[in-house]
Amino acid sequence: MPFWAEITVTGFLVISGVFGLVGSYGLLRLPDPMTRIHAPTKATTLGVGGVLIASMVYGFGATGELSTRELLITLFLFLTSPISALFIAKVHLHLRQKRESLPEPEPDTGWASYTAQGPSRGVRDIPPQPPSERVLPDRSR
Amino acid sequence: MIAAALTFAIACFSLGLVLTLWRLIKGPRHSDRILALDTMVINAIALLILLGIWLGTSIFFEVSLLFALVGFVSTVSYCRFLLRGDIIE
Repeated sequence: MPFWAEITVTGFLVISGVFGLVGSYGLLRLPDPMTRIHAPTKATTLGVGGVLIASMVYGFGATGELSTRELLITLFLFLTSPISALFIAKVHLHLRQKRESLPEPEPDTGWASYTAQGPSRGVRDIPPQPPSERVLPDRSR
Repeated sequence: MIAAALTFAIACFSLGLVLTLWRLIKGPRHSDRILALDTMVINAIALLILLGIWLGTSIFFEVSLLFALVGFVSTVSYCRFLLRGDIIE
């Protein structure tokens, strides 16, 4: 294996290890649920990205062929990590926060998560609607 | 040099797995537990890829891809269940 590949692999492995550890430590250490979402979704995805780049460089240095399968995992993680974070934030907002306790956004826009009408098991109060105006289909069937 | 860096990275991600397990046990709310599970899956993916470098095989890429798929689907379905009381409407 050439020397530059060893240097690159070592650097990416150390950086990604530090990032992964910081992400998990932030998940344990940060005080608030909304701040806890921040640490793993960014830092750990960056850590896994570094590990995958290190794996690519290592495979190129060992065999001389560049494999692109690691990029598939990186692409998948980069696509799905924000969606997971959004869903977890929605769970936190709808189950544990009242609508009035949230800070007000810009005057002409509301919280996008609270403008959709539909059944929810959360603590917010939904004004009763006549069945003809209901947007979602009836789920009692 | 690569062996030392591999050991360091594996130790870091294993410690991260223990920390997320702590949050999973301690976490006061459902959202914290789902987030801890999601982070555990990501740490497990990193550990699998590091094991693949360590053993010099490429079979673990498929395993980690499957881990990523199953982890994402389980996170989203758990959140959907908590939000709507139903997964597929």
